[in-house]
Amino acid sequence: MAVPEDLLYSKEHEWVRLDGDSATIGITDYAQNALGDIVYVELPRVGAKIEQFGNVGVIESVKAVSDLFTPMSGEVVAINDGLENDPAAVNREPYGAGWLLKLHLSKPDERNNLLAPAEYDKIAAE
Amino acid sequence: MSQPASEMSDGVPLIFELGQKGRANRYFEDAKPLETYLPPSVLREELPLPENSELDVVRHYTRLSQRTFGIDVGFYPLGSCTMKYNPRVNDAIAARREFAELHPYTPDELAQGALQVMYELERSLSSLFGMAAFSLNPSAGAHAELAALLIAKKYFKDRGETHRDKVIVPDTAHGTNPASAAMCGFHVISLPSDSRGRVSVEEIRKVLGPDTAVCMMTNPNTLGLFEEQIAQIAAEVHAAGGLMYYDGANANAIMGYTRPGDMGFDLMHLNTHKTFTIPHGGGGAGHGPLGVAAYLVDYLPTPVVVARDGEFALEFDRPKSIGPMRSFWSNFAHAVRALAYLYANGEAGLKRVSQLAVLNANYLRVKVAEFLETPYPETCRHEFVASAQRLKKEHGVRALDLAKALLDRGYMAPTIYFPLIVPESLMIEPTETESKETLDDFAAALHGIVETAKTNPQELFDAPTATVVGRVDETRAARQPDLRWRA
Repeated sequence: MAVPEDLLYSKEHEWVRLDGDSATIGITDYAQNALGDIVYVELPRVGAKIEQFGNVGVIESVKAVSDLFTPMSGEVVAINDGLENDPAAVNREPYGAGWLLKLHLSKPDERNNLLAPAEYDKIAAE
Repeated sequence: MSQPASEMSDGVPLIFELGQKGRANRYFEDAKPLETYLPPSVLREELPLPENSELDVVRHYTRLSQRTFGIDVGFYPLGSCTMKYNPRVNDAIAARREFAELHPYTPDELAQGALQVMYELERSLSSLFGMAAFSLNPSAGAHAELAALLIAKKYFKDRGETHRDKVIVPDTAHGTNPASAAMCGFHVISLPSDSRGRVSVEEIRKVLGPDTAVCMMTNPNTLGLFEEQIAQIAAEVHAAGGLMYYDGANANAIMGYTRPGDMGFDLMHLNTHKTFTIPHGGGGAGHGPLGVAAYLVDYLPTPVVVARDGEFALEFDRPKSIGPMRSFWSNFAHAVRALAYLYANGEAGLKRVSQLAVLNANYLRVKVAEFLETPYPETCRHEFVASAQRLKKEHGVRALDLAKALLDRGYMAPTIYFPLIVPESLMIEPTETESKETLDDFAAALHGIVETAKTNPQELFDAPTATVVGRVDETRAARQPDLRWRA
């Protein structure tokens, strides 16, 4: 199970790649493996303002429909349109082509509420 | 894009592929052309129906029927679906001419017997589940949930409390609960279960507030565990001004022991197709009576069957009602079946039903615990949850693979991957109508599969192989659904 060192994580199995006031968000390798084959991803619209740990979308796999939470607050500046035709990208490359959305962060300090790779690894291994 | 026919139907030709032009039966040969009856605007240019001989049609559907699996063929331990045997006598009664041939527009005075059936079923359900009144209008559980939430919405509107927009749903709830709430425009709050798989008073306090509308629960919950704190939970929800909704999917566990009304629920549904009698599982017509506490009776869907001076009547003029939830008098034949089942069992019989359903579930739970993890290892109610998590970690075999292998051994698979809080879950509900021998054989078959997982997992990955259709590609079916046949 991959837990890249350069990312931050939430207990709900999302990852964040920080770049100044921007962040890219996706679900972890552990999450995609637990969900199984993903068949549909519903994302917020560009321009939506979302709050940390709020419910912002839905991920549907062959097993279940699960809520998607945002690990940080901000305004959605981009969503991964490619997932509409290729939701399997989340399974193939959860940290790459399977990214979900990009945020302009409203509260960058919220990073302090997130987990470091080693901490997340411990939670996911349980 | 359509698939080649042979791939779609696994060897059985489709009805569209059978037959020849001009081979259709001749029953309507002398009928006048359709133009005689219908305006040109609704006539189609083309109507590509198959043209088959009657014999071909009979053979085709008989073959298909031989390939289906249902409770009449074998054990069907589908958790939370209560796939019990449906006594034939109930069907026979519903099929009597006096019921089956009654036109829905028959005036009340000529349909007294049918109305009496509806009235007595309504009264019996109210007494059995502790509600003031039931509506027989909704056609299924989720339909009743929708009706109940519409009632809650109207009730709060009448009280000037339209700000109440939150519906609380435990994380073990049936998926229909949050879906119904969202359909009604409520926001859903998911409530985490505690380490014992229950909703706790402490957790519910955290989410209650002036915006609380409804808390939807089932008891026993989907882990098959009784929510012992239900009375306190209901008191907390009521103190916050909210309503309690009982999802009756698991009512087979409680009949004669406790009543949702006594637990503090204000609204509930009963799936008579699960808890009583009515063949189900194929998506067929269901029956979801909706019960309410006294102060919500005026909101029930119309029509309501009432008794006045010894006469039964359908009452439509109820100003506070949310209106009809469906056409006519719902699935009336199901009301007949349900009442027949109720009267055949009586109060003591229904208590015995729940008793044996719980006994069977616990007997099977203890047997299964010998070879699979059971994350909540305490006395359960009508169903229990096992997990294939350890098998997945050690041998790569998932709940899905166990389920598929059960099909090869002549069993319907249990509900899998639900409830969501148990990884690799198998949710097993044997019901009261199965014998000890059936339960023993099923446990032995599942045990054999678990042993195979350790020695030859590939056999399980390939399963099923003894069924008409092998392992289906569920991912492709979801990603590229192909829902209709095209030439």
